[in-house]
Amino acid sequence: MKIASAILLTAFLGFVIGLYTSLPWWGFVVTSLLVSVAIHQKPWKAFVSGFSGMFLLWVLLAFLKDVANEHILSTKVAEILPLGGSYFLLILVTGFVSGLVSGAAAITGSFLRK
Amino acid sequence: MRIVPLIISGLCTVGLVSVLNMQLPSKSGKTPRLGYFLSPQQGFWQNAEPVNTSFSTDIKTTDLKGKVDVYMDDRLVPHIYADNDLDAYYVQGYLHAKFRLWQMEFQTYVAGGRLSEIVGEDRVPTDRFFRRLGMVYGAEQTLEKMNQNPEMKATMESYAKGVNAYINSLQPEQIPFEYKLLDYKPEAWTPLKTYLFLMLMSYDLTARGASTDLQMSNAKNYFGLDDMNKLFPIVQDSLDPIIPKGTVYAKPYIVPKTPANVDSAYLGKNISPKFTAYNLPDVAAPDKDNGSNNWAVSGKKTKSGRPILCNDPHLGLNLPSLWYEVQITTPTHNTYGASFPGSPAVIIGFNDSIAWGVTNAGRDVIDYYDLTFKDSTLNEYWYNGAWVKAEHRKEVVKVKGKEDLVENIAMTIFGPVMYDKAYSNESTEGKYLAIHWTAHQASTGVKAFYDLNRAKNYEDYLSAINNWTCPGQNFVFASKSGHIAIKQQGAFIARWKHQGDYVMPGTDSSYLWQGIIPASENPMIKDPKREFVSSANQKSTDSTYPYYLGAANSFPLYRGFMINRLLTGMNDITPEDMQKMQMNNYNVFAEMARPVLLRYIDKKALSETEKKYVEILENWNLNADIKEKGSTVFVCMWDSLQAAVYGDEFAKAKLPMLWPDQPTLLESMLRGTGYEFADNINTTDKTETIDDDVMIACKRACAHLAALEKEGKLDWGVFKDTRVNHLLKIPALSRLHLPIGGGSNIINATRDAHGPSWRMIVQLTDDIEAYCVYPGGQSGNPGSKYYDTFIDSWAAGKYYRALFMKKEEAGKSDKMKWHISFSNS
Repeated sequence: MKIASAILLTAFLGFVIGLYTSLPWWGFVVTSLLVSVAIHQKPWKAFVSGFSGMFLLWVLLAFLKDVANEHILSTKVAEILPLGGSYFLLILVTGFVSGLVSGAAAITGSFLRK
Repeated sequence: MRIVPLIISGLCTVGLVSVLNMQLPSKSGKTPRLGYFLSPQQGFWQNAEPVNTSFSTDIKTTDLKGKVDVYMDDRLVPHIYADNDLDAYYVQGYLHAKFRLWQMEFQTYVAGGRLSEIVGEDRVPTDRFFRRLGMVYGAEQTLEKMNQNPEMKATMESYAKGVNAYINSLQPEQIPFEYKLLDYKPEAWTPLKTYLFLMLMSYDLTARGASTDLQMSNAKNYFGLDDMNKLFPIVQDSLDPIIPKGTVYAKPYIVPKTPANVDSAYLGKNISPKFTAYNLPDVAAPDKDNGSNNWAVSGKKTKSGRPILCNDPHLGLNLPSLWYEVQITTPTHNTYGASFPGSPAVIIGFNDSIAWGVTNAGRDVIDYYDLTFKDSTLNEYWYNGAWVKAEHRKEVVKVKGKEDLVENIAMTIFGPVMYDKAYSNESTEGKYLAIHWTAHQASTGVKAFYDLNRAKNYEDYLSAINNWTCPGQNFVFASKSGHIAIKQQGAFIARWKHQGDYVMPGTDSSYLWQGIIPASENPMIKDPKREFVSSANQKSTDSTYPYYLGAANSFPLYRGFMINRLLTGMNDITPEDMQKMQMNNYNVFAEMARPVLLRYIDKKALSETEKKYVEILENWNLNADIKEKGSTVFVCMWDSLQAAVYGDEFAKAKLPMLWPDQPTLLESMLRGTGYEFADNINTTDKTETIDDDVMIACKRACAHLAALEKEGKLDWGVFKDTRVNHLLKIPALSRLHLPIGGGSNIINATRDAHGPSWRMIVQLTDDIEAYCVYPGGQSGNPGSKYYDTFIDSWAAGKYYRALFMKKEEAGKSDKMKWHISFSNS
């Protein structure tokens, strides 16, 4: 249960802070860390929660944008980055980047509490 | 609390964020800041425009005096209906920014020498080049002059206000895609930026001389004037000029005086004892084929009985496109056509009464002078027998992540000193080269187009264009009232023969420009007997025109020849006929050159494979269609021949020199003269003749063709491989491998990444019937479905009917998909 609420809260607060677009893109580092301080878990669980919360959020947001756009831009960006023009991979990479940072922040939060 | 893991995980987090927040080095420069770029709430995902986006909206602003309604049609072309002119230009600025902001700003960064500010020191050479060429200086001169005209000042400021209104409305996540990719932000627009953009057009269309004058000087010093006249002749035998041959010209108003010492100080071979070669600028010269076609036929030649006007300007093909289609309707005018994102008004188009179009004049309006300075402080230079004080201009080049560079440019009577000891390469070392260019001289710039937008008749057209200075253009005209005309207009220098073909001595006034040819003496013709007017960058007149037009290699020959041939034979013309004509792929140069090639090819001396290619050439229908192999064979053989004839001389010179033109070799072969270059100077045992050269070229070309055939690249369309490049040359944002024929010397002048950038056909019936298409799309956003919408139609030679509607009609039309309303309350 704890892990589920941590994931949801990470995603929700990550989304809210993301609405303030004049803040840096990594604003969720603060919210993910706070979530893991508030909902204390073992470091590996904290990482999984932090990772999953932001991973799912960014994947979902990117997916919604991409579907509405019929992959026009994602296909181009996936060639530039380069990911072989695969929008699917690009969405995964998008999620992975935020997940990694958020997971690291969550571990830090977990150690902070101990 | 476990301190060690806490510190480690904390550092990991900080490290990760830092790396993802950094631009990392990559093959093609730098990556974006990945964390930011990938963020769905801030980064590129925000630019993924939903395919069913509605562009309708209400905008309230106190900037406007009245109300403006914009109807966007299904191709995303805005139809602007405004209560007054200034409001219309405000909205045009707003829409340019809304759909093309990154491009319009980027172009001014190029022109103003500011690329290093956004991409770093890699672009310092380009920036220094443009600063030293006086791009900013020229734009400032124009700004000052235009500000003296209250109407134009208000127009430019209203346009800028509109651009800025859009920029200020942007949330951080809404900035265009490329800003995120390169990691910078838009800044405020100013009228100076419009003039910087127009300087870029002047550069593109008139500044080839900044490179070629140096190359020509090297060639003249190496070959001497006699050979130069053969390699770069002034006369072309097959010239069919813009103004028909036999036209009688009045006595010239200015008769320029040739300097007394011209032979010893300027035209001679190796004139200076300390002569070293001129090296070329670090920036690629503007494309030689920057040109265009335009023509108009009178009602006597058309089915409708009314004139038809056509124009297709040939420029580098880019995404986002240079052009943005628009209709502007106010109480003073009702105008439709192609506009420049970055400038108010319509540049090529039509209104209720007239239509107009432009092609490049190609006249030489840029010269170098070789100055003598007292010392490297650049404080005093030698002029008419005395030391004269130079002024100085500072240009600060900001470099991302590095210290600013300061360019200290001496300003002289000969112009800005472009090359000096601080800006040189091994060969210009010690030389002070000033650049003299009409684009530096204050002009009324965009006023000509502003007036053309409002012109009602021939007189208005003439007075609109007569103030146009740079880049010189051939303005074609047609009116509902049945008149057609063409005029070559610009500030053209009254030159003595060869003045400015090479770097000139810069120590006395006798080499300075002696005057600008009065507008009334510029070549023009109205309602000619042949019932059509046309231009395709060829020389505007035959040699009886009383002013020196420059060496022939600046003027393409064959498109104009072909246009005139076709128009002469055409009657009962319809807009559809004109569409076919703009897409005409017939190579008239090949028509003249093929028999000459074949005459010298001895088939008995060829292998079976070689014979096969020669037969392809023999059987070719002379059309550069995508499936034609003959076109590829012809182009390869002719290129090989040029290399066989001139390659040895040019390689030996080891200098940057201009390559002789295709017509020069062909016409000398047709005349049976000028074969002294046929001998390969590297072989001592024999003297090659033109027969030998053709055979050598044929065999070399065949080897190359065999290799091409193996790769499946023998078809002309595949070989030519037309593309439309994104301005940053990123393949994923470009359109590659387009199926379209045509090429150099052909009316459909589509080359690899260069060609008709806007095709327009206007029939001046009571209800104007106009067709247009350009290789791009109305949106500059690579994430929009309107980014490249027109490219396939353009490649296939399909046109769109322009919706030239009155406001009431537009409000009701089902072709109008969206409505943007601007009001001040």
